Amino acid sequence: MTKNVLDFEKPIFDLESKLEEMRKYQDTLDIAEEVKSLEEKVIHLKKAVYGNLTRWQRVQLARHPERPYTLDYIYLMTDDFIELHGDRYYKDDKAIVGGFAKMDDQTVMIIGHQKGRDTKSNLYRNFGMPNPEGYRKALRLMKLAEKFNKPVITLLDTPGAFPGIEAEENGQAEAIARNLLEMSRLKVPIIVVIIGEGASGGALGIGVGDRILMLQNTWYSVISPESCSSILWRSWDYKEQAAEALKLTAEDLLEQKIIDRIVPEPLGGAHKDHMQIATGLKKILMSELVALLKLKPEKLVQNRLKKFGSMGVYSE
Amino acid sequence: MGWFSRSKQNISPESQKRDIPDGQWVKCDGCQEIIHKNQMESNLWVCQKCNHHFRINSDNYISIIFDKGSFREMDKKMRSADPLKFTDTKTYKDRIESTIKKSNLYDAVKTGMGKVDGRRISFACMDFRFIGGSMGAVVGEKIARAIEKAFTNKIPMVIISQSGGARMMEGAYSLMQMAKTSAQLARLADAKIPYISILTDPTTGGTTASYAMLGDVIIAEPKALIGFAGPRVIKQTIGKDLPEGFQRSEFLLEHGFVDLIVNRKDLKAQLSQLFEYMS
Ligand SMILES: [Zn+2]
Repeated sequence: MTKNVLDFEKPIFDLESKLEEMRKYQDTLDIAEEVKSLEEKVIHLKKAVYGNLTRWQRVQLARHPERPYTLDYIYLMTDDFIELHGDRYYKDDKAIVGGFAKMDDQTVMIIGHQKGRDTKSNLYRNFGMPNPEGYRKALRLMKLAEKFNKPVITLLDTPGAFPGIEAEENGQAEAIARNLLEMSRLKVPIIVVIIGEGASGGALGIGVGDRILMLQNTWYSVISPESCSSILWRSWDYKEQAAEALKLTAEDLLEQKIIDRIVPEPLGGAHKDHMQIATGLKKILMSELVALLKLKPEKLVQNRLKKFGSMGVYSE
Repeated sequence: MGWFSRSKQNISPESQKRDIPDGQWVKCDGCQEIIHKNQMESNLWVCQKCNHHFRINSDNYISIIFDKGSFREMDKKMRSADPLKFTDTKTYKDRIESTIKKSNLYDAVKTGMGKVDGRRISFACMDFRFIGGSMGAVVGEKIARAIEKAFTNKIPMVIISQSGGARMMEGAYSLMQMAKTSAQLARLADAKIPYISILTDPTTGGTTASYAMLGDVIIAEPKALIGFAGPRVIKQTIGKDLPEGFQRSEFLLEHGFVDLIVNRKDLKAQLSQLFEYMS
């Protein structure tokens, strides 16, 4: 049973608690019928609630503190992971992790934003908000993958690149820009997966690739709904409206032709069953990799230029 | 990303003129000097007393950089299609229409080709007058096409940035313009065609984190605000005052992210010289 209940999940949680309570007396009292009917009610309610989530509720699910993070996916999807550290210039950023791993028989370079689960680990991971050295480490690892002809998988989950004095001094903008340029011409396949929050340049900084996938309950946009609210409405109170206006869910982005595919999550969200979501994602990644590995490097780069070149709607 | 954060120091000459009744005089933000309009123009909108560079628009830059009458604009009428049907306190559609009327621009960038001291170049200049110089699909597409022109014609590329960052009202589409333009610049770099990026006040957010920071040579105008996060956001996050001169051109040069700071009057000559070195 989950400890972190979101406001809109409360009715489900209450009903489930009631069901659990009733089950305790199932053997002594003759209430099998009632239990069964309540079970059905729970399923119905779940389908109703999770089947009709607002965009803001999706954002809340994307931030659920029990969702699997990058290292969880790495441990559940791959074997023999060797984490590699540092950008070779300055530091090792803990908000981005990466290294070689085996996915079935395929060697991959897997890189992602890493959040923490409690105060201590969140401070250590800087809440998944990278500094320039994080983007430079990611690029170093991608170049390493290119050198040995291994495909790259990146997992995106960040509330944004860190807005700090040091980050600016060390060229946060340059680090992200450099990654966009280099990723667009990397000569090995890149698959990008948004596993939680895809906030702006901080996400895109490791998000250029041949295939862009989004888990079902995640968001990806140019700004967070809260910041958008504070700027356009000049108040923090319009985050629900901002989330609606930004059209930032996986379904929205598929319709906008910015992503290629949605990865389904267990009912209620990825956090309900880490193994199930990791297994499902791995299967999809393997099939995508098989297709991409058939392409020549020049073709990959050419397609990538075309792919991002076609994004955007305008009239002339 | 904060296209909205206009600092008081950087009000455009147009709006300042309104402050002074007869419209012929402008007060310098750097030194409070009162300057006549004619003098401003002949001095390229730079204060002769304190070297304050006033914010100027894309037409001004075109007149400063290009040989007279040589510039041909491209994709002039490309405009946003409002793909998200975005609405905040007003609709994005209305915002675009009123901005087009007010600014006489269709979006926040002008692109085209022209000659600099007889050398043909491809060019893009952002314009703060259009929704804070924010980058949406039109800006991204026009810049990508201009880079493509540089690539196919094998001529140098110059981009002048003046932008608060990506445009919120086009959501993820705006974000993807960063990747679109950077991918074009990668191909240009592979073809060994020079690209010079010029940063003016302000250059922040997604604009900085894409083409603005990718020049073979990066030039900044004096004291321009240049950064990824806006100063207000950083201050809020760290809860401390920001050091003097933080995120200004001189600060970026000291930290290794800008090659040179060039006064407006020297811009054309410096560009010409650099093209020669990089050809
Ligand atoms: Zn002055």
